Amino acid sequence: MSAGGAAGDAARWRVFVDPTRCIGSGICAGAAPTHFLLVDGLSRPLAERIAPADQVLDAAESCPMEAIIVSDVEGSRIAPEP
Amino acid sequence: MTETAQPTIPQPYPFSDPHRLDVDPRYARLRQEQPLTRIRMPFGEPAWLATRHADVRTVLGDPRFSRAASVGRDEPRNSPRQADTGILQMDPPEHTRLRRLVAKAFTARRVEELRPRTRSVAEELVGAMVAAGPPADLVAHLATPLPIRVICDLLGVPVTDQDRFHTWSEAIVSTTSLPPEVAESYVEQLLGYMAGLIAQRRTAPTDDLIGAMVRARDEHADRLSEEEVARLAAGLLAAGHETTVTQIPNMVYVLLTEPDGWDRLRADPALVPTAVEELMRFIPLGATAAFPRYALEDVELGGELVRAGEPVVVSIHSANRDERVFADPDRLDLAREANPHVGFGHGVHHCVGAQLARMELQVVLETLLRRTPGLRLAVPESELTWKSGLLVRGLTAMPVSW
Repeated sequence: MSAGGAAGDAARWRVFVDPTRCIGSGICAGAAPTHFLLVDGLSRPLAERIAPADQVLDAAESCPMEAIIVSDVEGSRIAPEP
Repeated sequence: MTETAQPTIPQPYPFSDPHRLDVDPRYARLRQEQPLTRIRMPFGEPAWLATRHADVRTVLGDPRFSRAASVGRDEPRNSPRQADTGILQMDPPEHTRLRRLVAKAFTARRVEELRPRTRSVAEELVGAMVAAGPPADLVAHLATPLPIRVICDLLGVPVTDQDRFHTWSEAIVSTTSLPPEVAESYVEQLLGYMAGLIAQRRTAPTDDLIGAMVRARDEHADRLSEEEVARLAAGLLAAGHETTVTQIPNMVYVLLTEPDGWDRLRADPALVPTAVEELMRFIPLGATAAFPRYALEDVELGGELVRAGEPVVVSIHSANRDERVFADPDRLDLAREANPHVGFGHGVHHCVGAQLARMELQVVLETLLRRTPGLRLAVPESELTWKSGLLVRGLTAMPVSW
């Protein structure tokens, strides 16, 4: 396993928070505190590449602005569901 | 903070009875001198009160502060009974499991789909008010029926039953307005009513939110109890109209009584979206604190040490007037740009209906600006009457002319 983990099998998911949509509700940082952090009032993923984690899906599905996009390495969207 | 500090005597809280939409000047002093302070609510154990924006966000958003840990404790509260608040007394991941069920129906995208229908309901109601008056009661003509119709459509609750559930749902926001046993019986009746709607959907599936919740429940019976679904639906129905019903007249009241209110908005209706945010910040909707969070470990906050197991309540309106975050916080500025108010709360319990409420409030203002640009109070401000004994502050009636 590489230190960065980005190229490893484990880090198969990509997490993106759209700063133009985020309203800083704090829902994601509360529901998945190991994955999201509020910086200057807006959410940021702590890591862009992650191993699959239900918490991150929950956060993406719970975001009122659908600002959190979870995709696989090929770029196909995993969450939020349409 | 010093190691030898004597514990201060907790002050009774709320500091004063709510008066109109005034904010008690003590909050400004506390933010400056004692941002975390000891209080005692009418019932339950003493608590900390957080008054600064940053600390309020920490208490509401940091997983070291828990709602679930209030279960079994003598929770600081406003009424003798310690109610089961369902999803509001859960932490992740239990909380997330339930929240996910309904969050989808309240995203900004889904709420936009409801805007045209909300506009036509507002148009119809304001039209009827204009035909009936002036003067006319804004509470009865617009503020009450609009949010009820919208939430009923969304959930799939027959609006013709509104007299019944409107009575029951007061119990959800009551502190002292109802005797405890009456409040309890109203909650039971509301739950029973919801159970009936759920049962109907078993035989005749529907596309509304209750229908979707029933399908989810049947697909994941291991994860979701029947009662949880009924409670959640009842909570949405009650919260979905008690709060917006109250906030619409509050919003119009502030616009009509504060400088740079209605006239500024009339001159520049494009300000409606920022005006709604500013009104959410400016209006102290809550009459008191509720839903204390318990520290799961020792946490340094506001210059004090909150010990594991101690409860903390927050003042939303103090946070919304924090001069560290908002320039000239006691002034209504309908064009205020950066506005990270906590009027809808913060963290996992952030109001699930926030986007819906925003849309409804925007539609109401746009419709009134267009149909009744000369809107004004029809009685002297001093003759307005305010509700009491509820979690929210609001007008019982609002006679207006135009």
